[in-house]
Amino acid sequence: MSGIESRPVGVDALEEPTEPETVLRVVGLAKSFGEIRALGGVSLELRRGELCALIGPSGCGKTTLLRLIAGLERPDAGSIELQGALISGAGVDLAPQRRRIGMVFQDFALFPHLDVGANVAYGLGRRAGERRVEEMLALVGLAGAARRPVHELSGGQQQRVALARALAPSPELILLDEPFSNLDASLRQQMRDEVRAIILQAGVTALFVTHDQEEALSISDRVAVIRDGRIVQLGTPEEVYSRPTDRWAAEFLGEIEVLPGEAEGVWATCELGTVPVREPIDGDVGVMLRPEAIALDTKGPPDGRPSVVAEVVSRRYFGHDQLVEVELPSRVRVHCRCLGLPAWHPGDRVRVWLDGPAMVVPDGPTVTREPR
Amino acid sequence: MVAAVAALPAAYLVIVCADDVGATVETILRSRTLEMTLRSAGLAAAVTATTVAVAVPLAFLTTRTTLPGARAWATLLSLPIVIPSYVGAYTYVAALGPSGMLQDLLEPLGIERLPGIYGFGGAWLVLSLFTYPLVLITVRSAIVRLDPRLEEAALVAGRSRPEVFRTVTLPQLRPAIGAGGLLVALYVLSDFGAVSLLRFQSFTREIYISFQSSFDRGATAALGLVLVALTLALLALYTRTRRQGGYYRSSPGAARPPRPAPLGRWRWPAIGACSLLAALALALPLGVLLYWAGKGIGDAVDWGSVGTAAWHSLLAGGLAAAVAAVAAITISLLTVRYPSPASRLLERAGYAGYALPGIVVALALVFFGTRIALPLYQTLAMLVVALAIHFLPLAIAAISASLLQVPPRLEEAARTLGRGPVATFATVTGPLAAPGVAAGAALVLLYAVKELPATLLLAPAEFQTLATQVWTETTFGQYGGAAIPALVLVLVAAPPLYLLSGEAVHE
Repeated sequence: MSGIESRPVGVDALEEPTEPETVLRVVGLAKSFGEIRALGGVSLELRRGELCALIGPSGCGKTTLLRLIAGLERPDAGSIELQGALISGAGVDLAPQRRRIGMVFQDFALFPHLDVGANVAYGLGRRAGERRVEEMLALVGLAGAARRPVHELSGGQQQRVALARALAPSPELILLDEPFSNLDASLRQQMRDEVRAIILQAGVTALFVTHDQEEALSISDRVAVIRDGRIVQLGTPEEVYSRPTDRWAAEFLGEIEVLPGEAEGVWATCELGTVPVREPIDGDVGVMLRPEAIALDTKGPPDGRPSVVAEVVSRRYFGHDQLVEVELPSRVRVHCRCLGLPAWHPGDRVRVWLDGPAMVVPDGPTVTREPR
Repeated sequence: MVAAVAALPAAYLVIVCADDVGATVETILRSRTLEMTLRSAGLAAAVTATTVAVAVPLAFLTTRTTLPGARAWATLLSLPIVIPSYVGAYTYVAALGPSGMLQDLLEPLGIERLPGIYGFGGAWLVLSLFTYPLVLITVRSAIVRLDPRLEEAALVAGRSRPEVFRTVTLPQLRPAIGAGGLLVALYVLSDFGAVSLLRFQSFTREIYISFQSSFDRGATAALGLVLVALTLALLALYTRTRRQGGYYRSSPGAARPPRPAPLGRWRWPAIGACSLLAALALALPLGVLLYWAGKGIGDAVDWGSVGTAAWHSLLAGGLAAAVAAVAAITISLLTVRYPSPASRLLERAGYAGYALPGIVVALALVFFGTRIALPLYQTLAMLVVALAIHFLPLAIAAISASLLQVPPRLEEAARTLGRGPVATFATVTGPLAAPGVAAGAALVLLYAVKELPATLLLAPAEFQTLATQVWTETTFGQYGGAAIPALVLVLVAAPPLYLLSGEAVHE
């Protein structure tokens, strides 16, 4: 682990009193390919040492954003600053080889005619030091593999070499384009953790693209949700998961249940209870809940919160948990995610209540009030 | 620039003809021109029909039947492709022509006149024997790639084997047969050496004679233009069959090869036919070459002149290969990395030189040399440029294929690692594409060494190459003198050419 991580909090405040330095600042970046708009004005700031995920469906523009930052494409509008220095925009367009930004490609793009060591040394140019190469290979857990040809490596090893090669020239920022999509499922989980550890240890700022919500939520410090060439939400994994900005973002990051409800100002009421509203609103609304925010048991909640009686309709069992579909008194059906035991069966009478954050979205005819 | 040079031949012929439109039209409309056109077209048609008739059954015989040693026969019977048609013609003339081997043998028996090898019949026979592998290789590879499940489906649907062949198999092979046949037709139309040695009045020979005998360059150019028109018509046909070919692509996945048809008693006639073909297209030419070579050595062959000719062949071919490789890298980089209508046009222009008969390319450069670049006329440089233009497409095909195999990601990775475009090419793209560049250059070298008409027209005085030596000696009936250079040509060109044709089949 890096020194920063293990430092006591008090010392931290003495050494660096100000807030973390901005490494990357992207403002209003836009790019079209012919008629198709890939990015429509994206702004993003990355702080030193953070790992940020760009997530969105395929074709949303996330890879384009990465390629613009790397300098592999030229933006139509907007600017990119690295460490406060303009590298793109206002007539400036620094060539990719002069940006000091590392990149790990989706297919790793290792040079097939060079061995592992030469691949890692490639970005070091003539000042290539044997020591630096060995240091990088040790960092990614491939010490002593410098003389091996790259085609002999497994997928996970190729990934490590690609990472070592990108990190070797000590870039300010490293970009990873769907880094785990070429690995099989069992390896993916392991490489996620390893890559995160390596990036933390190298102390580099990282931006990576993925379309896998689990991946984005599990290893990043912040998540940017992209849709149709725009960032619709940027926040910690917990924020974007539990407080999505709209129904689309909610559905993209996980399963969602929407209950009909009625709002009055800052509160909305649905069948399962009353929840707070972010923007004051009146009338019919939808109350969005994650399945795990709906609790279920034979008895009601221990703290005496309101609950309703429901009947189990169906159940899907996953081992570590189960998804139970219940019918509420209003005949509306919702899914609850709960622990794998006890086993519920269709026909069981249970009690159901709210046990987690909820989001209210305009649903049906509504009247928006002026904010007070 | 490169493409401009490559497109120069056709363009220049048009310019020369435009100088005197009246004379051009008159030449084209001359009855002799029409006669030549018909003769050449007739020969092309006859040879094409013969090669298809021979090669298509042969392709089936060697892929879909229990013919003993089917693979070995396929290999053996593809081999004549490495014998240049003029070398083949030389062997037939040396064997069957006046004062040839056969006459030597028969003279003591009192037989003095032989049925002539010269003329239409001889040209037909010789060109068919040395071009049928073009059809064989194309059709065989198409049969191997056929999806047997389609035929199985038809059989299961209750059709008889002959019906399945007619309604399922043959329609799928039609593009391959068409492509192979058109390759043969193009070859015959542009062939100069074989028809000249066999004294068949073809279009190319007419152009050569017109060029040699008269100073009326306009008339020669007009004839060249007619030949170009014929070639382009065939080429248009060829591209149409190629386009239809994609339609019949078989489905992916490892197809189970179909059960070969048992030949039974027909085995023996089949083996006999294969043996006869091998004798005519392979054993006879090689035997004749060896016979005359032995005789030539006995008559104290002029090794010095053979050595010089070999050196000249290598020099001209090597320089042409280098020029073509550099040009092809430029064009391929543009078309592969920056595809645009303009770059595609550039690539097409690069291919123009190959489509045109060698004699037309040479002719255009002669005009260019005598009218504009006089200092270059009759220099090695002129010959090198002609050969490079003529065979540029071979280099483009090989080099752009190898560049296409270098993923752009690798170049981007190099850029993000701090290397500029030039350094990226030097350290990543170049090394990875090197085998393709070498293969392309080698191909140009091989074809340039074999090339005859352009070399005859453009080589500086006293600059004999192996190819021109074969031609000159045969023309003068000096069969012994032609044998050694011809043998050297076949030996040098055969192994790589054969490998390359095999590779083409695998693709």
